[in-house]
Amino acid sequence: MIDVLKDPIAWIGDLLRTWLIGLGLLPEFVTFLLQLLSAVIIATAVLLLTFLLIWAERKIVARFQDRVGPNRVGPFGVFQTVADLLKLVTKELITPTGADLVPYNLAPLITVMSVVGLWAVMPLAPTVLPADINVGVLYIISIGAIGMLGILLAGMSSNNKYALLGAFRTVALMVSYAVPMVLALLVPVLLSGSMGMQAIVEGQRPIPFFVLAPIAALIFFISSLAEVGRAPFDLLEADSEIVAGYNIEYSGLKFGMFFVAEFLHAFTISALTATLFLGGWSGPWVDLYPVLGMLYFIIKSSIVYFVVIWIRGSFPRIRIDQMNALNWKFITPVALFGLVFTAVAEKLAVELGLSRLLTHVGANALLIILTLLALGIYARSARTKFESGTKAG
Amino acid sequence: MLSLLQIAFLVAAFLTIVSAIMVVTTPSMVHAALWLILTLAGVAVLFLLLNAGFLAVVQIAVYIDAIAIMIIIVVMLTKGATRQRIRQVNKTWWGGAIAALILFAGLIALFTQTPALAVNAPALAMSQEALLEDLGMALVDVNRYIIPFEVASVLLLAALIGSIMVARPLVRGKDEEVEA
Amino acid sequence: MLEPWVFIALLLGAGMLLPGVAIVANWLLSPKKPNALKESIYECGIETVGDTHVQLKGAYYIYALIFVVFDIEAVFLFPWAVAYDKLQLYMVLEGVLFILILAAGLFYAWRKGVLEWV
Repeated sequence: MIDVLKDPIAWIGDLLRTWLIGLGLLPEFVTFLLQLLSAVIIATAVLLLTFLLIWAERKIVARFQDRVGPNRVGPFGVFQTVADLLKLVTKELITPTGADLVPYNLAPLITVMSVVGLWAVMPLAPTVLPADINVGVLYIISIGAIGMLGILLAGMSSNNKYALLGAFRTVALMVSYAVPMVLALLVPVLLSGSMGMQAIVEGQRPIPFFVLAPIAALIFFISSLAEVGRAPFDLLEADSEIVAGYNIEYSGLKFGMFFVAEFLHAFTISALTATLFLGGWSGPWVDLYPVLGMLYFIIKSSIVYFVVIWIRGSFPRIRIDQMNALNWKFITPVALFGLVFTAVAEKLAVELGLSRLLTHVGANALLIILTLLALGIYARSARTKFESGTKAG
Repeated sequence: MLSLLQIAFLVAAFLTIVSAIMVVTTPSMVHAALWLILTLAGVAVLFLLLNAGFLAVVQIAVYIDAIAIMIIIVVMLTKGATRQRIRQVNKTWWGGAIAALILFAGLIALFTQTPALAVNAPALAMSQEALLEDLGMALVDVNRYIIPFEVASVLLLAALIGSIMVARPLVRGKDEEVEA
Repeated sequence: MLEPWVFIALLLGAGMLLPGVAIVANWLLSPKKPNALKESIYECGIETVGDTHVQLKGAYYIYALIFVVFDIEAVFLFPWAVAYDKLQLYMVLEGVLFILILAAGLFYAWRKGVLEWV
């Protein structure tokens, strides 16, 4: 009984495996069946999680705006999203004239697939990791960017100028912010010596990487927000902007799938930030009771998701030229130098025998000071330019 | 009786070849770019079947996520790209097909005579983790691949500068004076 | 060896299949009354003017290009980062040199003014 409580998923897995082998099937086939079962369970659970996420977002943003949010359908309005989904299911699927049918219909599927695929490498507990590949971080980068492809297909096949423009703007933005994201992702790999997600979480056992490399954590968080297209970077699909961007010509559940993919992606990057920088499932007593690992993981991801919603409710939308300038002129150079400083600091700490924590804190403090100096110089030169401009004009 | 690995290889290879043929024969440029993405994904699956997980993910991250998207953007930069519907094959297509078949037969003859090529995925000398670490060490080891490593960065820099020089009039406007 | 990848393939397949099933359910439950006006292209309520194809700006190409260069750089840096624990200081500095050469490329692009979104 205690075994079940300690590690329910491994216990159920063993139970199913012995039962299926007892039925006379080959062991490899049994493994395949169990993998198929877990794939279907994870995909369904993750898609159903979206109901909770959308409800949580609506309630929390409402409270930030001093109103109540949905509270009619079910206790505290929990079933509001179900009602919305049922409404969407009965809407007519209008296909625009001249649309390229195969990419048009594939686009929502590809976008959802890329987000669901990210959950394959998410370590939920010390013993629960669906796919233990040793290139987890690079896998996250590549599969996450397949979502870009879905958006591109949606825009190009809709036979609509604004969908095309919106899709290309979105892709240009996602591509730009992928650069600092990739550079920031190199830092946990550096500090833990492996690309596998489980190894990165285990490398955070004494000290989470958020303490050793706060700038990299912040850069990863901000560039992931821009990748997902959440506020304050949601210029490209806000209703008052380029008419909802790449999903103008989608109706019914096809549009619903884009919506689901966006919310799920926001939670997925919260979970990724929690895993890569906050320590994932690590916490007290996790070795004795692996189930606690899942609890810590959920708590940490929820905290980061709350910060995501908090940011959405607090900041105004940024203009697209400001977004691009922010990325190329501020975030990417800081990410590059952060990577250089972290690499040199870690090696110096090991070679000279200094305390790892203090060296990294010192390196990050140095980077912050240099960044503030550079910003100060830039601000001063911009101010003198502005004043000379107004004096002359 | 074919093993599971062989069946998977045949399916992946067939899909890759069909997508590659569609890339060169489809009349629309945009469709060609989309078939190219499928071809590159097929190549990634082939890498996986050869036990090269790192290379498969690199293939997706570099080719599909960066290069294919750049190709699509470049296609859209040309005027009237989506309207073009050009027939891609001319009257002498059978000559090209015969040349390709002869080349294919020659390559098969060559490969089957090499004893080192096995039918299954080769057994690797080290575990995947150790291989990746070895690759990292090899890239910066003075006796091994340090020079290609640094030259690669200079090559990328040269490509970046060259493309910026070419694309500058596009971004800054053709009527502006272009400084060197 | 291939086990985790089989799972990934299954999860990606399930990720495509489940929305597919939902969309098919939508198609079954929805009314189907096609109408030329409903299916015309949306342009804020008026008729579409001109061709659908619009020529993009050069800025899109520059961003994609810089992403390609930095993506390939990251692919080189990942093995370097994985082997980091076993490297000596001069090897780490070689990697830093690699990063700085490409950072110089980024600053070149900045100074040449191609990073503006006009």
